[in-house]
Amino acid sequence: MTALLSVSDLHVYLGESHILQGIDFEVTEGGVTALLGRNGVGKTTTLRALMGLVDRSGQIRYGGDDITATATHKIVQRGVGYVPEDRDVFAGLTVDENLRLAERDAEPRYELVYDLFPELKERGKQPAGTLSGGQQQMVAIARALLNGNRLLLVDEPTKGLAPLLVAEVARVLERVAELATVLLVEQNLGVVNRVARDAIVLDTGRVVHVGPAQELLADRPMVHRMLGVGAAE
Amino acid sequence: MSTFVLLSITGLGLGALYFLIASGLSLIYGLMGVLNFAHGAFLTVGAYATWFTESKLTGISVLPRFLLGALVGLVVGAVFAALVELVLIRPLYKRHIEQVLVTVGLGLATTALVVAIWGNDARTVPAPAWLGKTTTVLGAHIPNDRWILIVTAGAVLIALNAFLRGTRYGLIIRAGVENRAMVTALGIDVRRAFTLVFALGGMAAALAGVLSNVYFSTVDPGRGTSLLIFAFIVVVIGGLGSLRGTALAAVVVGLVQQYANYYASSGLGDLSVVLLLGLVLLARPGGLSRSFA
Repeated sequence: MTALLSVSDLHVYLGESHILQGIDFEVTEGGVTALLGRNGVGKTTTLRALMGLVDRSGQIRYGGDDITATATHKIVQRGVGYVPEDRDVFAGLTVDENLRLAERDAEPRYELVYDLFPELKERGKQPAGTLSGGQQQMVAIARALLNGNRLLLVDEPTKGLAPLLVAEVARVLERVAELATVLLVEQNLGVVNRVARDAIVLDTGRVVHVGPAQELLADRPMVHRMLGVGAAE
Repeated sequence: MSTFVLLSITGLGLGALYFLIASGLSLIYGLMGVLNFAHGAFLTVGAYATWFTESKLTGISVLPRFLLGALVGLVVGAVFAALVELVLIRPLYKRHIEQVLVTVGLGLATTALVVAIWGNDARTVPAPAWLGKTTTVLGAHIPNDRWILIVTAGAVLIALNAFLRGTRYGLIIRAGVENRAMVTALGIDVRRAFTLVFALGGMAAALAGVLSNVYFSTVDPGRGTSLLIFAFIVVVIGGLGSLRGTALAAVVVGLVQQYANYYASSGLGDLSVVLLLGLVLLARPGGLSRSFA
């Protein structure tokens, strides 16, 4: 399979801290690749570096092109969608306005969005800041799905959600994976087990494991050693 | 009663002038985090462009001369502000100390340039005769230029609201005030919005310059700087980045200044505004409103 995204020797400093210390990995086209690791190992920083939201050095190739020095908005215009940690919906804007702001394509995929999240249609006029955490997550994912993106960077979409909503997000991710390649940061190993094909594990700013997700999750001692938690149920 | 009406309406007129300057400051800070100390220069440039144009159009009657001069003033103010953003501010995003130094320097340099070209003395600005007359309301003789100030500021507030709520750029600006990074992460080049906001802010400040020419009947090099101080106070009281808060604060500051000057002692108006600023910051450190538009 061809690599849609290829990262080599990626470094990020935040102040004095050397957060990413030369990471290398590839994301093959199609399906979900999970980016795993304990808290604070650099998973979110990796996604932010790929988006150009933090200063970085090294090389990032997307679809064969070097995008290391490309501005964030131009990376997105090349077909990269981003669902940030903590959703980052625009609280003062309505749900409709949040979606309208994300429109990039001539024909935004509202049908798909409302099919996945019918609630968003009903709550179109409601300020996004008054939505529940789960509903805000729907808005955040919907913004990325509205355009025909080739790659989606999704950061902890189940964080802080009730178990029922976690299952709903996992269902949506399965559907999304049919439409685009997904690089998923996720702490919930049950969700990873359900949706991910490949897994990349980070530890203290370095890649320490790359391989099939199912294989990793089946190895309980390795999961415990690398992620500090029990294996997925 | 007539004195109170006169003070209230002239206070509203003064507040309208403050709002026109402060609205641009608030938009610029809200979206870009830039404390623009050169904003008074936009007013000065607009005011002088208006006066200069009027002085060159001596062959036509006062009203079209005034309107043409005002139009030139607005365009010059907007273009000047856009150039300031493109040339001076854009290379300095994320470098706040340098931004402050550059905008302070530009404000001082603009005033010095105007003095060098046209001198320190105030110049008389011709305006339509009606503006120099009064209209009687509840026994109070209200100078007509105050009505123009109030109506113009109201129209600008409505237009800015319509722009922010009804256009894509308005949507980008409202979102950018909340989270600029996330706007770029949606594939939007937020820098275009930056330039547009500077141009709009410059135009509003230039409009304040045009109307200050009418209000004072003259134009002078220090006008922008002296009004900028009150505009900053208005923006801080209103809540940095809040257009609605800015409008409310401009009215409150204008009224307090007028009432204090008359009912307490002449000259206490400025002091009372500073006291008001202190009280608001103690009670509501974020200003009157934190929500945008």
